[in-house]
Amino acid sequence: MSFFARFAQNRGALIGLIILLTIILMALLAPFLYPDSPWRMVQRPFLAPMEVDGFLLGTDTMGRDVAAGIMHGAWVSLLIGLVSTTVALAIGVPLGAIAGYYGGLIDDGLMRFTEFFQTIPNFALAIVLVAIMQPSVTSIVLAIAIVSWPPVARLVRAEFMSLRHREYVEAARLVGQTNRTIILRQILPNTLSPIIVLASLMVATAILLESALSFLGLGDPNVMSWGYMIGAARTVIRQAWWLSFFPGLAILLTVLALNLVGEGLDDALNPKLSRERS
Amino acid sequence: MLYARLILMRLFKAVVVLFMIVIFNFFLIQMAPGDPAAILAGEAGATDQEFLRQLRERFGLDQPLYVQLWRYVSGIAMLDFGYSYRQQMPVLDLILARLPATLLLTGTAFVLSLALGILAGSMAAARVKKPSGSIIMALALIFYATPLFWVALMAVVLFSVYLDWLPAYGMYTVGAGLDGFALILDVAKHLVLPATTLALFFMAIYTRMTRASMLEASQQDYVKTARAKGLSPRVIQRRHILRNALLPIITLAGLQAGQMVGGAILTETVFAWPGIGRLMYEALMQRDYNLLLGIFFFSAALVIVFNIITDLVYRLADPRIKEGS
Repeated sequence: MSFFARFAQNRGALIGLIILLTIILMALLAPFLYPDSPWRMVQRPFLAPMEVDGFLLGTDTMGRDVAAGIMHGAWVSLLIGLVSTTVALAIGVPLGAIAGYYGGLIDDGLMRFTEFFQTIPNFALAIVLVAIMQPSVTSIVLAIAIVSWPPVARLVRAEFMSLRHREYVEAARLVGQTNRTIILRQILPNTLSPIIVLASLMVATAILLESALSFLGLGDPNVMSWGYMIGAARTVIRQAWWLSFFPGLAILLTVLALNLVGEGLDDALNPKLSRERS
Repeated sequence: MLYARLILMRLFKAVVVLFMIVIFNFFLIQMAPGDPAAILAGEAGATDQEFLRQLRERFGLDQPLYVQLWRYVSGIAMLDFGYSYRQQMPVLDLILARLPATLLLTGTAFVLSLALGILAGSMAAARVKKPSGSIIMALALIFYATPLFWVALMAVVLFSVYLDWLPAYGMYTVGAGLDGFALILDVAKHLVLPATTLALFFMAIYTRMTRASMLEASQQDYVKTARAKGLSPRVIQRRHILRNALLPIITLAGLQAGQMVGGAILTETVFAWPGIGRLMYEALMQRDYNLLLGIFFFSAALVIVFNIITDLVYRLADPRIKEGS
């Protein structure tokens, strides 16, 4: 069965993919449908959804268009999710590969280091990092990457440990390939599928983390994000629930879609494992 | 004594981790843009120069870096977390005053999420091919993907604004002057929304974990034996499968402690629950970095203590685990 056929067998994964593509489309269309800055005040504040034509989701406390904010926010959420996951992979994959391949003292040292980061409460660490580095897209991406690489390192290490004594690795060693070549060319390509699955789930977690940081007022003050919108509307929740409701729904759908896609990828990339599981 | 040695070893490890966090905190302050004295004072930008000079002297900021580090570490070893200039109180006193509320909230949420998660997970495992089982898992996935602070806000809208069933803010009714049983009831009422919203996410995790773990356990030979003996599916499910499936859940619960602290920051912020999470938000708003780092240290300590407890529980639950493994 082809990769896509296996993926499509999981109905949840297909639904997830459709939601995700819609959100990506929203992010891409935002500059065309809402060319104005989402920060611009365009109408009377506190408009309810559909109250005035052209303002589908109403306006916020300052008279900014909520729909425009959600469209532009999609871009920010996806970007921060993707970039911070990439940075986390760039930290976790080499550390895990080295620990798993060499074993011994190097492994011990690297795993202590990883454990240390796993013990520290994630979100509290991210808050402290962003607060001290000052909120910006860069500091948020870095903070999310710093708190989310340990599971990558552990996964890659486990994969490397189980693969390093396989025959093809021994063969590569016999023909005189260097450790570097063996790690990059022989073992790493064989660990890609679990890494891809984990990465898709990490993008989801990163989006949740980013929204929570922005909600607490630690978002980049120059970009409109879903978490910021909810945080800013928190004090007026009694008068205008929709200001918090729609951005939250957008986060929920994005994270849900990414999780569904991740499960579908897991089914498609590791067919044997997931059949046993279900 | 096996346990005594084990606890000692774990405590030693905990001290090492906490020591590293202290050093980490120290370098964070150094890394921050601007004058460390201003940061410690919680003042960014224009401040009284004379005040800053005094601070620099008091914290030894005019000394070389290693002297500063030594002062900082030895201060914390003596439980001196510094002074919050914004709140005009020692950081330690501020944190200790707020700690019980956080323990009450996270403890309740923990028990609630574990109980409901295991219940829902075993129900889903027993109904693995049925629609009811799929519905439970779909709900678990949705709760897993829902932002905690958003669900908290929506709970406020629904249960306190529209239905007016439960209070939305604080830990007790201000100025009611309640005591005894009435006070307990009042706090319990205030606890319902924060604890439930905090529990939802973790409930989703435990549900998924319990189901997976039970499905795995149901493949074991002793389950086949039990079935062959003619035991009822219910007894097998409860006595043979669930009991063995619980072990990985205890491990997982220990790992979730850090997440729980993070969740508490968000729920306490939304519900104005007077715990250290809310204190962290206040410190953040006022750029009170000294307090912020103190809370960060305490939250890590809390997680470590919780990890040690789950480790011990795990060993009690499964005597096969030997020391050191």
